[in-house]
Amino acid sequence: MAVKERMSGNEAVAYAIRQINPDVMPAFPITPSTEIPQFVSSMIANGEIDTEFIPVESEHSSMSAAIGSSAAGARTLTATSACGLALMWEVLYVAASNRLPIMMEVVNRALSGPININAEHSDSMGARDSGWIQIYAENNQEAYDNTLQAYRIAEHKDVKLPIMICQDGFITSHAVENIMLLEDEPVKKFVGAYEPEHYLLREDETMAVGPYAVSCYCMEAKRAQAQAMRNARQVILDVAKEFEEISGRKYGFFEEYKLEDADFAIVAIGSVCGTIKDAIDRLREQGIRAGLLKVRVFRPFPGEEMAEALKHLKAVAIMDRCEGYNATGGPLGAELTAALYRAQASAKTVNIIYGLSGRDVKVSDIEKLYEDLAELAQGNNLFGEYPYLGLRNRSGDNYGADR
Amino acid sequence: MKALTEIRWHGRGGQGAKTAALLLADVAFSTGKHVQGFPEYGPERMGAPITAYDRISDFPIRIHSNIYEPDFVVVVDDTLLHTVDVTQGLKKEGAILINTVMEIEEVMPLLNGYGGRVFLIDARKVCMATLGAYFPNTPMLAAIVKVSGIMEEEVFMREMEVSLKHKFEKKPEVLEGNMNALRMAFREVR
Repeated sequence: MAVKERMSGNEAVAYAIRQINPDVMPAFPITPSTEIPQFVSSMIANGEIDTEFIPVESEHSSMSAAIGSSAAGARTLTATSACGLALMWEVLYVAASNRLPIMMEVVNRALSGPININAEHSDSMGARDSGWIQIYAENNQEAYDNTLQAYRIAEHKDVKLPIMICQDGFITSHAVENIMLLEDEPVKKFVGAYEPEHYLLREDETMAVGPYAVSCYCMEAKRAQAQAMRNARQVILDVAKEFEEISGRKYGFFEEYKLEDADFAIVAIGSVCGTIKDAIDRLREQGIRAGLLKVRVFRPFPGEEMAEALKHLKAVAIMDRCEGYNATGGPLGAELTAALYRAQASAKTVNIIYGLSGRDVKVSDIEKLYEDLAELAQGNNLFGEYPYLGLRNRSGDNYGADR
Repeated sequence: MKALTEIRWHGRGGQGAKTAALLLADVAFSTGKHVQGFPEYGPERMGAPITAYDRISDFPIRIHSNIYEPDFVVVVDDTLLHTVDVTQGLKKEGAILINTVMEIEEVMPLLNGYGGRVFLIDARKVCMATLGAYFPNTPMLAAIVKVSGIMEEEVFMREMEVSLKHKFEKKPEVLEGNMNALRMAFREVR
């Protein structure tokens, strides 16, 4: 029996954490993820869970403590945002290369500067090559569901990699919305107990964690790690299928919304996808065949599958809530464009930067974007050479160009 | 009541506009609606203008943007009328509710020619009579329920009693004052 509730995205993941009852949570507060360790601490104080909470003095320390705890054999999690994630940088790689299935709730927020606390994907996108699995959510429901699936993916014997469960700061983390929760028992059964194969506290096996490797071993270790990320692809799909059996909610690498018969599509990540769906429904009423591909799993990157789903389209806008500072576009734009090239897809593409530092996106912005995609399909490029959606500029151009 | 009602709150940091918006979402949820209640964070300091939003719907809500064409606007602090364009995008067939001691003739020139309905309430008077302290969000919550008609008074009062009992579990003595504030606010809207 599902439980109909209403709660914020942060409350939703804290609720999932209570149901999972992990062993250890080291954490350091940072907006907008602070509520997660706060809620978990309250649950511990109230005796609802027996997780060991470790207050630390920085995010570098929270990730370091998580590595120690996970290596010891404990099911471990932490939570962070923005600059907190940035401070973990060095040790993110240590967690991944030591194959430690730590879960991290990332409440996405802009990196400084200017200092800003609002939604942006620059924090987790910056860590996209650190060897962590990354799964993104559109709303509180998906943040909850992804959290419940996280350890099943991360701890799988073919994977053994850390995992980031991402949601948009404030837009979903602090918005109260309806949600369907699962009851405790089926969740506990689904998540299961953690039974690591190798761990430091195992008496009958000695092992080293994080030693130096000379060149004749190091490259093999990295290839094995890359294989684990490849293996995660099948595991993510298998876990999603099992989750569907207990929840009735279907998940994959991405969600296709009215994409099958679409002429024009947007590819995006996170909360903006709900706004895009509303725009699509309005445009469909006018006979415009608009569609959406919502990316759920960014690592491992499902490039081939996305290219296959997009190959019939006339024009595609790839949206990044992150500036890559590479002078050509954002990370999703770069990787998906490469995947489309390999698949010899014929769709015209444009990469659009949007929503930086919480800049709001309206349904009307998206409707206009689809109209401009239709123009692009006809060879009329209204996007300019470096499009920014909703950028204030002297000429009033929709994509920020001063013409 | 139509399928989707959108409400925008204007207040100042510390007055509880965000809390009121979330409470309204809560109470609407308890009557079976789909809800979305969220704040828009600017600089975090007491007294800074803040905005909060409610969507209340018969259908699941997917949109994740701010509200630009609200059905209703609530102004928790009338000094904002001089600095914030509170009626921006407000639908003509909607209404604005303002916490003020001013009379309608004084308020109208501050509303940028808004042609819809205007409701006033002196939330301080309600607070002082029932709570003995100024927490404007409590009477404003009841007043917007009355103005918007999103639910019947009895249903609202019943759900609020449940919600406040839970909220003030450790301070049961404040329950009656809050319930009185809500009830009085229903009468005081002009």
